[in-house]
Amino acid sequence: MNVMSFVYGFLVLVGVFIFQTTLTGLNRKVTARLQKRYGARWYQQFLDIFKALRKDSTSHGWVFDFGVIMALGGIMATVIFIPVSGFQAFPGLDNVFVISYLLAVGMLGMAMSAAGSGNPWASIGVARALTNMLAYDVPLMIVIFTMIFAFDSSSLSEISAMQQGMGILGWNAIRMPLGGIVAIIALLGMLGKKPFDSFIAPAEIASGPMVEYGGKHLGFMFLLHEFMTFIEVSIILALFFGGGATIWEYMLKYAILYTFTNIISGVMPRFKIDQAVKYFFKLPLAMAIIQGLVVIFTGLGVTLWF
Amino acid sequence: MVLDKKDNMVLDKKDDRNVWEKIGDYFSANSIWMKWYCTGCGAIEMPPTMTSRFDMERLGLGPMATPRQADVLLITGYLSTKTLRRVIYSYEQMNSPRFIIAFGSCTINGGIYYDSYATIGRLDKYLPVDLYISGCMPRPETIMNGFSGLIEMIKKGEAKGWKHYQDNYEWYKKNQLDSLGKIIVEDEFHE
Repeated sequence: MNVMSFVYGFLVLVGVFIFQTTLTGLNRKVTARLQKRYGARWYQQFLDIFKALRKDSTSHGWVFDFGVIMALGGIMATVIFIPVSGFQAFPGLDNVFVISYLLAVGMLGMAMSAAGSGNPWASIGVARALTNMLAYDVPLMIVIFTMIFAFDSSSLSEISAMQQGMGILGWNAIRMPLGGIVAIIALLGMLGKKPFDSFIAPAEIASGPMVEYGGKHLGFMFLLHEFMTFIEVSIILALFFGGGATIWEYMLKYAILYTFTNIISGVMPRFKIDQAVKYFFKLPLAMAIIQGLVVIFTGLGVTLWF
Repeated sequence: MVLDKKDNMVLDKKDDRNVWEKIGDYFSANSIWMKWYCTGCGAIEMPPTMTSRFDMERLGLGPMATPRQADVLLITGYLSTKTLRRVIYSYEQMNSPRFIIAFGSCTINGGIYYDSYATIGRLDKYLPVDLYISGCMPRPETIMNGFSGLIEMIKKGEAKGWKHYQDNYEWYKKNQLDSLGKIIVEDEFHE
């Protein structure tokens, strides 16, 4: 941990912002094409964020303001710990547990800030977001714990390094197919894509936690959303799709995975929150448990299939 | 404050922005989030404008869920005196720079309800309207054209209604109170 770590961390933040925001913009175009529209300009997301940061904004008290800063700070700190194709700001600290605990700082900040606005829609939105988290986390965590048990390591970079060099057959999503399917479904829930977007439903609960944000606060929330997307997609990419040997491979795989979730989201209706919980606790949970039993008792998947 | 012969507020359109405001207005012009205030029949023209036939997202326009998040308040059709109060609450919740687009003849002079006791005639006595889109109702082509007009106005620094509202708050407040009467607060929801 020296000065270079901090310089590298800063560069990662800038790079992630530019990469993810461009990708979000391109994905708005993909969604538009699915709906037979022409779609926004590819740099529209940058314009939206800078426009929001330019506007005045209304405060709803100290907790509201502080929560936004805490959420953005927590999420940006988490981004620095994510290994990108072998590069790490703080080597040895890219543990699944470190990342999930740091991520909680950002999540709690967001919940605190939204609840601090005093708007009932915000409280309903936060409650739904936490319920949704409970739903997707249980199957996903069973698969991830299975993997940690099988490979005897909880480091993202080590697990992704183990999958490289064997082509597509080395990926955990192929070695443990049920776990891979669970991971992709859970990724949809994590990113708040349809059908699991009931907590930000604009027409039902006026965009949920975001209801009282405007201007600069909303700009910060948009920035936070970009960073959060990067963290969530990166975790799934590193654990199930082998990360990337080079940075270009990483970016390509990342773009494909993220666009795939968006295409699914583009053709789906929305689950109610109780339906989402019931869905996750039936098929994905069963698949996760079967995958766990297979890996623990037969060893298939840890060793290659053939 | 300048009034014309019919007691209308004349909006000053002089460009007095500094460099930062000009840069900010570039972003504001290219990314416009709207809050629709769907009182009248005009709201039915918005879905075709937004979906694949006319696709307003090309120009960076998009709908938003609450007035706090929005830049433009769209008033689509006639306003009764009762809904005027909600419009004013919504407008005052928005963060500046904020703009108002008024739809249809009803907001200009009362339209077919010009002699009703329950509707208001001219909207710009109560709120600073940046742009009118005339018609009864305006077709989606007209709406797109109107929005391109607003984008040009923001780029040139002419859409200054929100500054006028701040500077001439007394005049607007007086008109609002004349029309609505005093607000008697009886519970936490202001009525």
